[in-house]
Amino acid sequence: MSAVVAAPADEARILAAVERNLHRDGPLIEILHEVQSEFGCIPSGAVAVLARALNLSRAEVHGVVTFYHHFRSKAPGRHVLQICRAESCQAAGGRALERHAQQRLGVGFGETTPDGRVTLEAVYCLGLCACSPAAMLDDEVHGRVTAERLDALIDAGAKVNS
Amino acid sequence: MSVTVWIPRDAGALALGAEAVVRKLEVEAKDSGTAIKIRRNGSRGLYWLEPLVEVECAEGRIAYGPVTERDVPDLVAKGFLKGGAHALRIGHIEDHRWLATQQRLTFARVGRIDPLDLGAYRASGGCNGLARALELGPEATVNEVLESGLRGRGGAAFPTGIKWQTVLRQPPGQKYVTCNADEGDSGTYSDRMLMEGDPFALIEGMTIAGVAVGATKGYVYLRVEYPHAHRVLNAAIDAAREAGLLGSDLLGSGKAFDMEVRLGAGAYICGEETSMLESLEGRRGEIRVRPPLPAEKGLFGAPTIVNNVITLATVPTILANGAAAYKEYGQAKSRGTLPLQLAGNIRRAGLVERAFGLTVRELLEDYGGGSMSGRPIRAVQIGGPLGAYLPASQFDTPLEYEALSAIGALLGHGGVVAFDDTVDMLEMARYAMEFCAHESCGKCTPCRIGSVRGAEALAAIGRGEDCDRQLVLVEELCDTMLNASLCGLGGMTPFPVQSAMKHFPEDFRARTRGG
Repeated sequence: MSAVVAAPADEARILAAVERNLHRDGPLIEILHEVQSEFGCIPSGAVAVLARALNLSRAEVHGVVTFYHHFRSKAPGRHVLQICRAESCQAAGGRALERHAQQRLGVGFGETTPDGRVTLEAVYCLGLCACSPAAMLDDEVHGRVTAERLDALIDAGAKVNS
Repeated sequence: MSVTVWIPRDAGALALGAEAVVRKLEVEAKDSGTAIKIRRNGSRGLYWLEPLVEVECAEGRIAYGPVTERDVPDLVAKGFLKGGAHALRIGHIEDHRWLATQQRLTFARVGRIDPLDLGAYRASGGCNGLARALELGPEATVNEVLESGLRGRGGAAFPTGIKWQTVLRQPPGQKYVTCNADEGDSGTYSDRMLMEGDPFALIEGMTIAGVAVGATKGYVYLRVEYPHAHRVLNAAIDAAREAGLLGSDLLGSGKAFDMEVRLGAGAYICGEETSMLESLEGRRGEIRVRPPLPAEKGLFGAPTIVNNVITLATVPTILANGAAAYKEYGQAKSRGTLPLQLAGNIRRAGLVERAFGLTVRELLEDYGGGSMSGRPIRAVQIGGPLGAYLPASQFDTPLEYEALSAIGALLGHGGVVAFDDTVDMLEMARYAMEFCAHESCGKCTPCRIGSVRGAEALAAIGRGEDCDRQLVLVEELCDTMLNASLCGLGGMTPFPVQSAMKHFPEDFRARTRGG
């Protein structure tokens, strides 16, 4: 089996993330968080680099990356819209909001609009259950989201950053 | 002199526009020529009034809410910076019936102080618990927790003192205190509120645990969906270290304890304690077979305390005021207070900390004020996605561990989600199976396969296909999952499914006719 190879520049950035976390016990997940915030995803070439640096097998690293929903294999769109699908939000109209978001953006959960602007993601509880239904656009949280407010958020995001 | 205005930085308040209120108020106050100082607090937990703005004036802290950005010019024009009359004026928030009838021990400080103001923390009794634990020593500290009757607030309700005793009795050497802050249950947010609103209480609780069992290192396993709590906790840990509340010489005692926050990565199963330990070690969050218990062989193979945020944040008040004072609250084997969280389709959602024993109906009606939609509340789910659905006929059940367990339900982490009469219980049962399939770690077959087949069978019932056979299949799958799963995810997913089938058979029967 041949491993996917990371470009030298990328490898240096990945190794820097390793270096910053080597003082920790069991650092792999912390390193993956840093790699993802740097690249927007866990690039496939990162697995071999991390395995070598941490003295793990590639299978072990791959297994960790793919176990956690948060780690992506592809970089997302310029904005990430997360809509909560858990019970409290469902009780307060969340399902209609899910359908509206999918129709409005023309994509399903886990997909990115063709112009690369918005990635729609499902999330299972943002801890905002006292103001359901809830959503998070990039790092900003929103409660009691109606279809109109969701449209306004998507439009505002469009203006700020194409 | 400037006027102090408190505006919460709690994620719930932010989600309802608190930041826009801050920006608008800065501009409007300047235009009106009033100097103001905006301070940030946690949320008082009355979310239907968020953003709840409090103005310090001669009468004390006068609250207004819910304040939107658009209300700010009118509020300023009508003199709210002097506590003036306005349609949104509430008065002293602590006199509000919703708060005045609560018994806040764990949440005593949340919403009242700046979460990162260590001076205010100490002035309101903070650090007294740690000081007493250092004075008492390990054995007596563990006994105090044991005596208090405190049980794990994460959901399993295991006596905290017994867990601590087990760790204390392990031979000396490396031990750990871990805090489970992977609050993944829908309808629960008390951990988030506490970490954002009073992080020093959690830090102090973990430090007391460390002193009590001889552990010098602590980890908070925090879910990645809580970026605000992450920032507050890290800032609080730095401040605590600076002030000698963490580090090599706790309050000058010569004892050492330090801690760090580790982020999860979006896996519900990591709220299960052994999965959480695997994840903390940097591995896939697959559960471990017990025994050995984490208290004997936990993180990196060392004896480890695993407690929930609320459990640990309650320890300082127990130590500071004594086990007897804490034990006075509650009933039977459920001692102390429980921060209940009202959510879903409810008019007044928020945090209600009361002694155990409040009934579901009192919570839904007296505090919740009925459904948000104005329709009858048909069902509530208590304890997150693995909790049972209760019909209205069970709403007089007291919210305590044994009473709920007697009707086949569970209290879990204290989240109560209300549904009105438009809810389709077949669909909620299917969702429970689908969620289990989505979050299963894959280690055991009943959970991994049972949930997928369960979701398929319930979907088939929804389509009216071969319903009688599918219902039998769902019952059989539930039986297998309940009895043969390795952990609570597969083992408890049958609770919402079976309770929905039992209490709302009409939702399942309606489709049977089509089949």
